[in-house]
Amino acid sequence: MSTSHPLTERLAALRGPSTPQRPLDARALAALAANPGCRRRALMDAAGVDKGAVAEALGSPARFGQSRFAFSRGHAFEARVKADGCAELLRLLGAEGRAAVPDLGAPGPKGRVERTRQALAEAEPGGWTLLDHPLLALEIAGSTVYLEPDAVAVAPDGRWTVVEIKSFPILDGGADAQKVGAAARQAAVYVLALAELDEHGGSRPRPEIVLVCPRDFSNLPTAERVDVRKQLAVTRRQLQRLTRISEIADALPEGTTFDLRPGPDGRTPTRPREELTAAVEAVPAVYAPECLSTCELAFHCRDRARAAGRVEALGRSLRGELGGLTTVEAVLAAAHGTCGDPTDPAVAALRRAAALRREALAAAPVVGPRAAADDEPVPAHGGGAR
Amino acid sequence: MQTLARAEAVAAGRAVPAATVRHTHLGERPVVLVPLTTAGEAGAPLGAMVGTDRDEPTLLVVPQPLDRELRFGFFAGLASVLLPVLAEYADDTEVEPATRNREETELCADAPQIVVPNTAALEYVRLVGRSTRFLRTVEDPDAPHPVPVPVPLLGRWLTHYAERARTPGSALLLALTSVLTRHWTTGQSAMEDQHLGALLAWIDPPAGLDGPAGAARAQTGRGPDGLLLSPPAGPATDPVFDNRVLAPALTRYDRARAAGDGPATAGAEAEVRRLVASQLRPTWDDVWRGLDLLRALPEGGHVAERWKRDRWSFTGHRDRVRAGEPPQPKRDDAVTAAQKLAGRETAQARLMAQEALDDPLAMAARRLGGEAFAGTVTGVEMAYSEGRRPMPRPLVTLATPDLPQAEPGAKAYRAVPGARSAQTAALVSVLPLDAGGAEDGAGEGPGPAWSVTVRLTGGMGSGRTPKEGSVPEPGAAVAFTLFEHDPRGGPALPEAELTPWTHGGPPGAATGAPGPADSPDPVTPEDYL
Repeated sequence: MSTSHPLTERLAALRGPSTPQRPLDARALAALAANPGCRRRALMDAAGVDKGAVAEALGSPARFGQSRFAFSRGHAFEARVKADGCAELLRLLGAEGRAAVPDLGAPGPKGRVERTRQALAEAEPGGWTLLDHPLLALEIAGSTVYLEPDAVAVAPDGRWTVVEIKSFPILDGGADAQKVGAAARQAAVYVLALAELDEHGGSRPRPEIVLVCPRDFSNLPTAERVDVRKQLAVTRRQLQRLTRISEIADALPEGTTFDLRPGPDGRTPTRPREELTAAVEAVPAVYAPECLSTCELAFHCRDRARAAGRVEALGRSLRGELGGLTTVEAVLAAAHGTCGDPTDPAVAALRRAAALRREALAAAPVVGPRAAADDEPVPAHGGGAR
Repeated sequence: MQTLARAEAVAAGRAVPAATVRHTHLGERPVVLVPLTTAGEAGAPLGAMVGTDRDEPTLLVVPQPLDRELRFGFFAGLASVLLPVLAEYADDTEVEPATRNREETELCADAPQIVVPNTAALEYVRLVGRSTRFLRTVEDPDAPHPVPVPVPLLGRWLTHYAERARTPGSALLLALTSVLTRHWTTGQSAMEDQHLGALLAWIDPPAGLDGPAGAARAQTGRGPDGLLLSPPAGPATDPVFDNRVLAPALTRYDRARAAGDGPATAGAEAEVRRLVASQLRPTWDDVWRGLDLLRALPEGGHVAERWKRDRWSFTGHRDRVRAGEPPQPKRDDAVTAAQKLAGRETAQARLMAQEALDDPLAMAARRLGGEAFAGTVTGVEMAYSEGRRPMPRPLVTLATPDLPQAEPGAKAYRAVPGARSAQTAALVSVLPLDAGGAEDGAGEGPGPAWSVTVRLTGGMGSGRTPKEGSVPEPGAAVAFTLFEHDPRGGPALPEAELTPWTHGGPPGAATGAPGPADSPDPVTPEDYL
C-alpha cells in the first residue's frame, strides 16, 4: 500500500515539493461532508494543501482562528473530566469503578492504531473498557488519515460508543444546536473509522455518541446521547465520493500545482498571484455562503462567485428557487422582460414580482385608516398569559 | 420578491428598500446595549457598553472574566444602569378605561426599549437573564457566593425582555440586524446580513465605497496592527484581538493583583478597559447609525397598536415583580408553553396582516403569493340574500393581474376607509380575461389577466340598501385579501386548574413542588474555569 501510488504522487505534486502535508482531521472531513459538491475543497484537502496560506497568498485571507481563552477552557474541561483515571467520565457512563482503562501508549501513529485495535479486541466481554484518546486510521483517497477521538467506551454488551468532550454548556438540558451539530458531524467520522476496525462488519460501533459538556454555568460535566445516524450516512457517502479524487486530478491541466514556492525564509510565498489564482481556478468550486464559516478559501470563492454574478453567492435556497437562471444578470433580464421564456414559472414569477414591486414603490406610503382596535381587550402580555 | 430585491441590490451595489414604512416601534430614548463575552465561557461577560445617550455610553468591563466577584460586579453595574430606567417607566402610568370584559386598569404610559446589535447578542441577553435570575443575594445568609441585591431582579427583567422578543412584532428588545433586514434587502446572503458592520455598509455605504466593498472591509479589513478595522459586533470577540492584545493585558492584570500592587493593578485594569472599549465603541456607533436610518422611515399605521401590546407586557411583568412572584422557571410547564405558543401564532398572523395593510411592498408580496388581489371594478350587480329579510349581497367584478389562490366560496376581506373592521366577501368566480390585455402588458408590467367576481357579505350596514360608500363603484381601485385583517387566536385555552391531566404536563408540576429542574444551579469552586 505504501509503495509508490500514482495518486499519492500526483497529490504531492499539487501540494508542492517543499510543503509538508497538512493532515486531514475529523473536523475537515466533516466540513467536506457539509458541501459535498465542492471539488476544490475535496482536492485541496486530499492533497493536504494549507488552504489558509493559499487564501492569504491570493489576497483573500480568512478570518479563522481560535481564541486562546476558548482553547484553554476546552483543555481544562477535558482534563477535569478525565482526572483520576477518567473517574468522572466513567460515572457519567454508568461504569463507575468497574472499568478497565488500558494504556494505549505505543511508538508512532501506526503503533498506536495497532494498540487501539488490540485493546478493542482484548476488551473483556461483559465489562466496561474505556479507551482514552485511541488512535484510529481511515484510508482516504490513497492516503491514511489518523483520527483521535476523545474516548471510546466498550460497553458490557460489546458495543462501542464514541465519547466527545466539548466545553460548550448544556443549559437546562439543551445546547446550542449549531455546536451540537458540528460535534455530531465530527463524531460521525470517528464512528466510521471505528467501523473499519470492526471485524464483525462494522456493526459494533453504535450510531449514537455520548456528548460530555459542562452543565449550566458550572464546571460539572454532564452527558447526553446524540444520534448521529444522519451525519454518518452523509459522511459515508461523501467519503465514497472522495475516492474519485483521481478523476478531479486527472481533469486538471498538466503541471497544475498549488505550491506557494516559499522563499528563503520558508514562509513568504514567491509564487506570482496570477499564477496561483489560475491554478486554484482550474478546479471548479461550489460556493455557498455557509462556506464562510468552514473553509479558509471561502472569501476567495465568494469574490469569484460575485464577479461572475452567480446567484449562489446570495444563498442556497435562493439558487433553488431560480431554476435555470444562474446569474444575477439573467435574473434581472428575465424580471424586466428583456429575455427568458415567459412560460418558465420562475421567469413568470419574477416578472410579476418586478411589476408589483415597481407599483408598490411608486405608490407613496399612505397612512391608512388606523385600526380602531385600541379599546378592545388586549391580552395582558401577548406571550405568557398566566 | 426577496430574490428579485437581492438581485437588484447586487446590480445597484447597495441595499434596496424592503419596506416603504417602518414596521417597528422606536422609542424616544432607547437603551442601547452592546455586550461582549469571553470566548469559550458561557455567560462570562468581558464588558458592555450601555446607555441612552449616544455620546456618553456607560462602559462596564470585567478585568478578569474568570473571577466570580468581578463578574458579579459587572452584573451589579449593569443593574445600576438598567434598573433605574425600568423603574422610571414603571412609575409613569395612565389609566385604561374599563371595557365590556375588562375592568379599568393601569397601563404604563411607555416602556423602555432595549436595542442590541444582533440576534447573537439577543440570545446573550437571554443567557445573562438565565444566569442571574436565580442567584442568591447578600440578604440570604446561606448563599455560598452571594451577589449584590439588584442582580437577580435584573435577571428577571432581562429574561422577560428576551422572552417577549420571541413574540412576533414585539419591540421591547430589538436585535438591530433583524430590524434592518426587515426594511432593506442587501446583495449578500441572509447569513452575511448577520454582520452589523457589513449590513450597514450595504444600506449606507461609507464614502468612496459601494456596498460590497464596504461590507468586505467591515468583515475582513485589518489595520497594520492585525486587528479588525471594524470589530465584530459581538458578543464574541475577534480571536486575533483575544490572543494578541487582550490575553497579555489580562495576564499583566493578574500578575499585578497577585503581587498586591495597587497602582499597577489599577494601571493594568485601565489598560483592559481601554482595550475592551476599543472593541465596543465602533459597534456602539454602528447601532446608533442604524437607528438613525430606521428613524428616517415613516412609522407604519399599526406600529403603535403593537407597541401598546408591548406596554401591556411590560406592565404585566412589573406587576408580577411587585407582587413578589418568584423568578420565571427554567422550563415552562405544559400549560404555560401551550399558551405562549398560541399567543405567538396569533401575533405572527396579526403582524403579517398588519404589515401588508400598512405597506404596499408587503402587500405586493402577498399578491404575488396569491393571498390578495387588487384591481379595478368593472361591474357591480345588485343581489339580495334569500330569507325573510333580504340583505344586500352585491356581486362585484374586478379586473386584476393577480390570480387568487383559493377556491370559490373562500372568504375575502377588504379594508373600507372609515370602517372599524374589514368588509367581508366571498369569492364567486375567477375567469381569465380575454387575451389582448395580457399580451401587450409584457412591456411595462402585465395588464389585468383575470376577472374575479366576489359577493360582498358584510360591512354594508343593516338596512335593505347598502350604506353609502360601502359598495365600490365601477372604475374604483379596490384590494381584497384572503387573510383576515385582525386575526384572533382560536378559543381561549382553559385555566391551568381546569386543564385535564392528560394535557397538563407531568404530575406534580402543578402543585409547585420543586422537581429536579428546580434545584439550584450547581456551583463549583472554580466556576467557569
